Amino acid sequence: MIEAQGLTKTYGGKTAVYNLSFTVQPGVITGFVGPNGAGKSTTMRMILGLDEPTGGTVTVGGHPYRRLPNAPRQVGALLDAKAVHGGRSARNHLRCVAQLSGIPQRRVDEVLDVVGLREVAGRRSKGFSLGMGQRLGIAGALLGDPQILLFDEPVNGLDPEGILWIRNLMKKLASEGRTIFVSSHLMSEMAVTADHLIVIGRGQLMADMSVRDFINTHSASYARVRVPDGEQAAREKLSAALTEQGAHVQPEDDGALRVGGMPLPRISDLAHDAGIRLWELSPHEASLEEAYMRMTQGAVDYRSTADHRAGLQQAGPVPPQGYAAPGPGYAPPMGAPGMPPAGPGVPQPGPGVPGMPPPGVQPGYAPPPPQGYAPPPPPAAPQAPAGAAAPAPREGETRR
Amino acid sequence: MAAPSAVLKSEWTKVRTVSSTMWTLAAALVLTAAVGALLSGVMNATFDDLSEAERLTFDPTLVSFFGMMLGQLAMVVFGVLVISTEYSSGMIKTSLAAVPQRATFYVSKVAVATLLALIVGLLTSFLTFFLGQSLLGDHKASIGDENVLRAVIGAGLYMAVIAMFSMGVAAMLRSTVLSLGLLMAFFFLISSILAGVPATRDVARYLPDQAGSRVMQVVPGALNSDETPYGPWGGFGIMCAWTAVALIGGYIVLKKRDA
Ligand SMILES: Nc1ncnc2c1ncn2[C@@H]1O[C@H](COP(=O)(O)OP(=O)(O)OP(=O)(O)O)[C@@H](O)[C@H]1O
Ligand SMILES: [Mg+2]
Repeated sequence: MIEAQGLTKTYGGKTAVYNLSFTVQPGVITGFVGPNGAGKSTTMRMILGLDEPTGGTVTVGGHPYRRLPNAPRQVGALLDAKAVHGGRSARNHLRCVAQLSGIPQRRVDEVLDVVGLREVAGRRSKGFSLGMGQRLGIAGALLGDPQILLFDEPVNGLDPEGILWIRNLMKKLASEGRTIFVSSHLMSEMAVTADHLIVIGRGQLMADMSVRDFINTHSASYARVRVPDGEQAAREKLSAALTEQGAHVQPEDDGALRVGGMPLPRISDLAHDAGIRLWELSPHEASLEEAYMRMTQGAVDYRSTADHRAGLQQAGPVPPQGYAAPGPGYAPPMGAPGMPPAGPGVPQPGPGVPGMPPPGVQPGYAPPPPQGYAPPPPPAAPQAPAGAAAPAPREGETRR
Repeated sequence: MAAPSAVLKSEWTKVRTVSSTMWTLAAALVLTAAVGALLSGVMNATFDDLSEAERLTFDPTLVSFFGMMLGQLAMVVFGVLVISTEYSSGMIKTSLAAVPQRATFYVSKVAVATLLALIVGLLTSFLTFFLGQSLLGDHKASIGDENVLRAVIGAGLYMAVIAMFSMGVAAMLRSTVLSLGLLMAFFFLISSILAGVPATRDVARYLPDQAGSRVMQVVPGALNSDETPYGPWGGFGIMCAWTAVALIGGYIVLKKRDA
């Protein structure tokens, strides 16, 4: 079990983790999700006693890591950086780590087999590919057969076979009653791997709930409703009628309406009563990734914007294709499957969300969901995020 | 808690399984012995050109150790790399996650590397001495002469302590480039310049390498140099004090700073 209480870390003036409290339970996989720079690796380093918290505490099995008896036999970790001397062979690297904790040499070959590196065990790890390095790190984490395992972005660089393998490995380890704490950027990956989720953004807790609850809360279904093109009045009339009956209506870019909180037959009935023809009435499911991005929207440190290539455009002849005109892949990261893109600069009337920039200003801004989770205010005024998703503040959490 | 013996064993595996260890230690031995041999031969050939005073204070043992000027730099590289590659490779995170007791980790690491440096240092000093003397002809010293054995063992100790000093500095700076830049400049240039300029000579005497190398002199005021205010072991003690400060500084940084 890992317990963090009001964990805070600042580097110079930069707050990497702020007032983080959570518990990682044994027997399940706990996913630790957040955008780049959210503080996942920093939190993991504090759990391992590598970085000293500026405030708060974190314990492993009831002890601060540095005072944990026989730490390497209790905790295994894969860190995001390749924490290996490149001049040493994979086997010798593991041998060094094994000797530290009195693990028999036999075990080194065992874990090399487990991660599939037996054949290259004698080679210097300097020449390893990203995935091989990752496998070596995983081997190191498994060496002591520990009860608690930390994996910082284990799928980074792995091929599909490797991703499936690590997913099954973690599930097996969890089923043996071990504590598994695994970080990722990808909600979709965690949705199929983890049992429990801890979501952070800009170092602050945004959600701490089971994956099932997260899916139930956030992957709300909605309907797309479209009136015939050009019938602006009908569209407004329908929108008003639906809203009046308690539906949550938002306009979409292509002129359709996104209707939440109302079953499809009821929408049809109301449209019929209002004498409005429909060109489309279709059920949709908001993806988890979308919900997650919406949740961390206000907490993304490193946001990509469109590449304007100023000064490059007239420089020489333009290559035949795909250079000057950005393809679809150039769009800011969003466009989750199952949802039409909310393009930058498109005015989006709709309920304003406190603490969020006005709609349409930000590329990649998605309209709030029907029963939305309101993202916390920007970190200028840090505080525990309110809302159904956040756990009730524990004692001591409000101290700082 | 990781048993100190397990940590020692692991540190031994670490140091033994990187090729830089082999190269730096071999360079220390070869440079010290070869340059010492060369200068011994030259001294023997040009003995008659020396001044009267220099001839009277001729110190064949010290002459054979002239190569230490270069050989110690290889020891510096060895000491620095032992510590700094932990940081540059990120291995330090793995190491400290496995041994959260930083004192155990640090002491084991320094102890293993020092032992290795000491063995190579003693091997180097005896080899260098006998090789140098064999080229000094009539002017040679014998290992049985008064204070000569002390000087030869002292030279081996000197090399080990140089490595330790470098480990302390590297633990404070955590960077290969920074540590090597500083130590190379210091040992190769700054220290000798300060010792050469009359105005700073009295202070320069207390620098680690200047004080420590007194242990390699058999004749006080060898080759008509100024007599030092400390004896051979006194000088070596001063060097050890510097080293202790560097190592403690390194420990404080390791203890206090994030890995
Ligand atoms: N040693 C450090 N010194 C200064 N700032 C740091 C340090 N480590 C992390 N930070 C800062 O703390 C913040 C959190 O970084 P961290 O690496 O924990 O994020 P992360 O969630 O792991 O991101 P990623 O998904 O990109 O791995 C970042 O803004 C980073 O710049
Ligand atoms: Mg990270």
